Amino acid sequence: MMSKIIELKNVNKWFDKFQVLKDIDLEVAPQEKIVICGPSGSGKSTLIRCINRLEEHQEGNIIVDGTELSESTKNIEKIRAEVGMVFQQFNLFPHLSILDNCALAPIWVKKLPKKQAEEIAMNNLKRVQIDDQALKFPGQLSGGQQQRAAIARALCMEPKIMLFDEPTSALDPEMIKEVLDVMVDLAKGGMTMIVVTHEMGFAKEVADYMIFMDEGKIVERAKTKEFFENPKSERTKLFLSQIL
Amino acid sequence: MIFKKFNIENKKARDLIPQAITILALLSVIIYFATNAQINMGNRGISFGFGFLNQEASFDITFSMIEYDGSHSYGRAFLVGLLNTILVSAIGIFFATIMGVVVGISRLSDNYLIAKVAEWYVEIFRNIPLILQIFFWYFAALRALPLPENGISFYDISFLTIKGWYVPKFIWTNFNIFLLSVIAAFIAIYYINSYATKQREQFGKQIPATIISFTALILIPLITFLFLGVSLTFEYPVLKQLSPTVFTYAGGVSIIPELIALALALSMYTATFIAENVRAGILGVGKGQKEAAASIGLNKNQILKLVVMPQALRIIIPPTTNQYLNLTKNSSLAAAIAYPDIVLVFAGTALMQTGRAIEIISITMLTYLTLSISISIFMNWYNKKMAIKEK
Amino acid sequence: MNLIAKPSKENIRTYVPIGLSLVSLSILDVFANAFFNLNLMAFFPSQLNYFLPLILGFIGFYLIRIEFSGVRSLDILNKNINSNNFNALLTLFTIFIIIKSIPPMLDWFILEANFVGNSKDDCTGDGACWVFIKVWFNRFMYGLYPDAEQWRINTAFLILFVVVGVSFFVTEKLKKYFIFFLVFVFPFLGIKLISGGSFGLEYVESAAWGGLSLTFIISAFAILFCFPIGVILALGRRSSLPAIKYISIGFIELWRGVPLITVLFMSAVMFPMFLPDGTFIDKLIRVLIAITLFEAAYMAEVVRGGLQALPKGQYEAAKSLGMGYWRMNALIILPQALKLVIPGIANTLLALVKDTPLIFVVGLMELAGMIGLAKTNPKWLGMAMEGYVFAGLVFWVICYAMSRYSQNLEKKLSTER
Ligand SMILES: Nc1ncnc2c1ncn2[C@@H]1O[C@H](COP(=O)(O)OP(=O)(O)O)[C@@H](O)[C@H]1O
Ligand SMILES: [Mg+2]
Repeated sequence: MMSKIIELKNVNKWFDKFQVLKDIDLEVAPQEKIVICGPSGSGKSTLIRCINRLEEHQEGNIIVDGTELSESTKNIEKIRAEVGMVFQQFNLFPHLSILDNCALAPIWVKKLPKKQAEEIAMNNLKRVQIDDQALKFPGQLSGGQQQRAAIARALCMEPKIMLFDEPTSALDPEMIKEVLDVMVDLAKGGMTMIVVTHEMGFAKEVADYMIFMDEGKIVERAKTKEFFENPKSERTKLFLSQIL
Repeated sequence: MIFKKFNIENKKARDLIPQAITILALLSVIIYFATNAQINMGNRGISFGFGFLNQEASFDITFSMIEYDGSHSYGRAFLVGLLNTILVSAIGIFFATIMGVVVGISRLSDNYLIAKVAEWYVEIFRNIPLILQIFFWYFAALRALPLPENGISFYDISFLTIKGWYVPKFIWTNFNIFLLSVIAAFIAIYYINSYATKQREQFGKQIPATIISFTALILIPLITFLFLGVSLTFEYPVLKQLSPTVFTYAGGVSIIPELIALALALSMYTATFIAENVRAGILGVGKGQKEAAASIGLNKNQILKLVVMPQALRIIIPPTTNQYLNLTKNSSLAAAIAYPDIVLVFAGTALMQTGRAIEIISITMLTYLTLSISISIFMNWYNKKMAIKEK
Repeated sequence: MNLIAKPSKENIRTYVPIGLSLVSLSILDVFANAFFNLNLMAFFPSQLNYFLPLILGFIGFYLIRIEFSGVRSLDILNKNINSNNFNALLTLFTIFIIIKSIPPMLDWFILEANFVGNSKDDCTGDGACWVFIKVWFNRFMYGLYPDAEQWRINTAFLILFVVVGVSFFVTEKLKKYFIFFLVFVFPFLGIKLISGGSFGLEYVESAAWGGLSLTFIISAFAILFCFPIGVILALGRRSSLPAIKYISIGFIELWRGVPLITVLFMSAVMFPMFLPDGTFIDKLIRVLIAITLFEAAYMAEVVRGGLQALPKGQYEAAKSLGMGYWRMNALIILPQALKLVIPGIANTLLALVKDTPLIFVVGLMELAGMIGLAKTNPKWLGMAMEGYVFAGLVFWVICYAMSRYSQNLEKKLSTER
């Protein structure tokens, strides 16, 4: 029980009448890496956005690091600060330099001195290997660089969990690898990660578990090796055959 | 080689000819106009020049912010008009901004009723010619107000009547000290905020700068009242009988109906455009930005202050400045209801009296032009400075 | 603190009926008060009485605010007008203000208004005197144009509407001829018809023209002329030839920097000084020139926006085909650039229509001007409200239709892209 850092029990969610998530059960232990895949529109984004409450669920329980998320959750910001998120569209703040993008939350949320915040920012930028771009603005970087900056921005809050929502789908092919390399590094460093991606090479390399979603349900959850070698569900098989 | 050179020269000539023709055409029009003007003025016995600005104007102006009567010069009459234009524009800009922001935000409200009401406000007031709105307020709505003896009273200190709005007059003693204290308060606020920023940046300490600033703004001027001999009394308007049937108010300040109608119409009309700018600005900051800001743990206020506003303002400010400029130019419609702005006083009365059409129209247009161009130069500078850097 | 349970799915059956009846009661109270002057809750102390609807409605809205209740209509209601306490208050205020303002408006516009009769004395009710509009209607539409000749204006507009209407349905090939007729033939035909002086038509001087028809005439001509001038200015501003570029910039910024009213003043009092003594140019023509030049400057900036938005490739492609400057612009660049800025063009035209009442400066009277004239008629004093409300409505219908049309066009174009 205590060993789980994320727990979802019987989670249901609707957009108006349309049910996006159906009876989702999911447990993640610290340092576990989970890769979620599934056809577009199956609810993958919605699922991980529920974990830092960018979306609200309507039924069931979501417990993140011991705190249950509900309407009455005070300080949702605190939980969000512990859960880093990387978006498909990077979502860097265009009016701030890369350095300021990274230092923003340490200054305003962690209330660190600016100097210290910038040090943290530089360290994380080094980690994703764009410290030489620190003073540029997001619009001046390539997509791959922007996504790495976005990862660095999330890391600056020293999160316990990182969520990735198709981090490489908006990138040109030649830039995918640089982002995946950073993510592999991060995984090897022991971060708890939930990654929505169709990069199966990445999944095979780092994932402990694979989850296949379709039409709002978790269709299959299995150890990575088993998932690829011996999928149980027909739909998983079909999906894998299309994507591999 | 030769061929190439020939070609270049050929191109030069090709470029030169249309330019020469244009310049020549323009010059000949100007010369034609100038000679005609000279002949016409000669026939009327006037010569071109701006000396008349020093002559006695000998006409009255119904409303002036500086000392003026008929014995002052045309130059001073121009200044009175200019100040009146600035006054009504400033009032209009102030209220248009407030209303525009409120309506623009309301249009995005998740309350359907509020959003609809705001939308209809915009649709109605944007699509009726401004001049009609001015006429409506001046000739119809304000004329429906009661006579002075029955004026609508606000707690007996302010009265709204058909002749205008009578408000209390502020009578200060030691106003200079008060003014200095306000300036001091602002300087203090500046230092408080830079100190707070420094503390935050160096030690991560949060100082409630907003609350302290607010307190300073109230406290420092208050001290002058308590200890430095500043006092403020009000002179209230009082109903006075001039003749058996004619009443007026003595004392206080009278805000003339022309000013009310003009300010009302200008701000309500311009507010619709500002509202649209505000709406576009807020919509222009993508959902992803807010989500990203939330995902790194910023709270609602911080998201607004650090992520949404800086981006939205970049979208809102340039077109809104343009609207301010439009409002100022539109304030010239004052002439239609005889509010003594620069157009009515100068391009109207002064022109009629002196007959100096060319000089007066030129001065009037130049005044507006100077304003417009200086604002657009400022805007260009601002846009360049604030532009979000891209490749 | 938990004296009463928070509204939720469990107690939906008790809370929603109570809440809904409270809200209805509060609205009913305001309604009865506004329409029938009844005070349903007079038995309460007067201070409370005043705020009671607000309090009742507020409590009612609180009770029915049940998230994800599963009842579709309730969810929609809550989401749209009752998402939190503040919103509930705003909703109540808005509803109350609307209810309160309907009866006096209704009274003034219709119930207490006067429709029959033909003089001010026939207006005995408290409401609007629409008789004023009825009696002056002809003047409001045609100005001082002689009654017997008004068929000429009607005919001109009728031809315009028919030709424009038909041109929507004809084939592309024929359309060209229709457009040619509308742009190059009809304006002169129409103006000849209205001004007369030949073909046995009595001459009507332009000083007699007025009313709404003058608004249309001026708008139509200004649109017709300001468009090509605007395009030329826009091309000029982007020209690589410095003299042409700077003259264009100067011209555009001059007009955009000053209010229209000063331009009209200029056309009225300064312009005649620039012409040889004794030359007389019709007032209407001078006004038209002023408005056209003024709006052309704005049009130029709109068109320039379109030219700037076109990708460089378009220019290069055209040049690589060996096209000269004019052919390139006429065949490749302008058609695309103009299409990009149709909404901007529509907005400029809208501004132009809204600017027409300013011609009062030179003494011409379109609709607003005629109302100014009528309301100062000794027999019709005190009719300003009716007059300006009427004019406001007329202009609003025209401008709203135009802006809707341009918005639709904008949507259509942006989805096409
Ligand atoms: N804000 C929203 N409002 C209504 N429907 C939504 C919203 N966001 C997502 N959906 C719908 O929910 C479904 C799941 O979306 P999403 O979680 O983004 O899928 P995935 O990430 O797997 O492609 C889709 O059918 C989508 O259309
Ligand atoms: Mg997705």
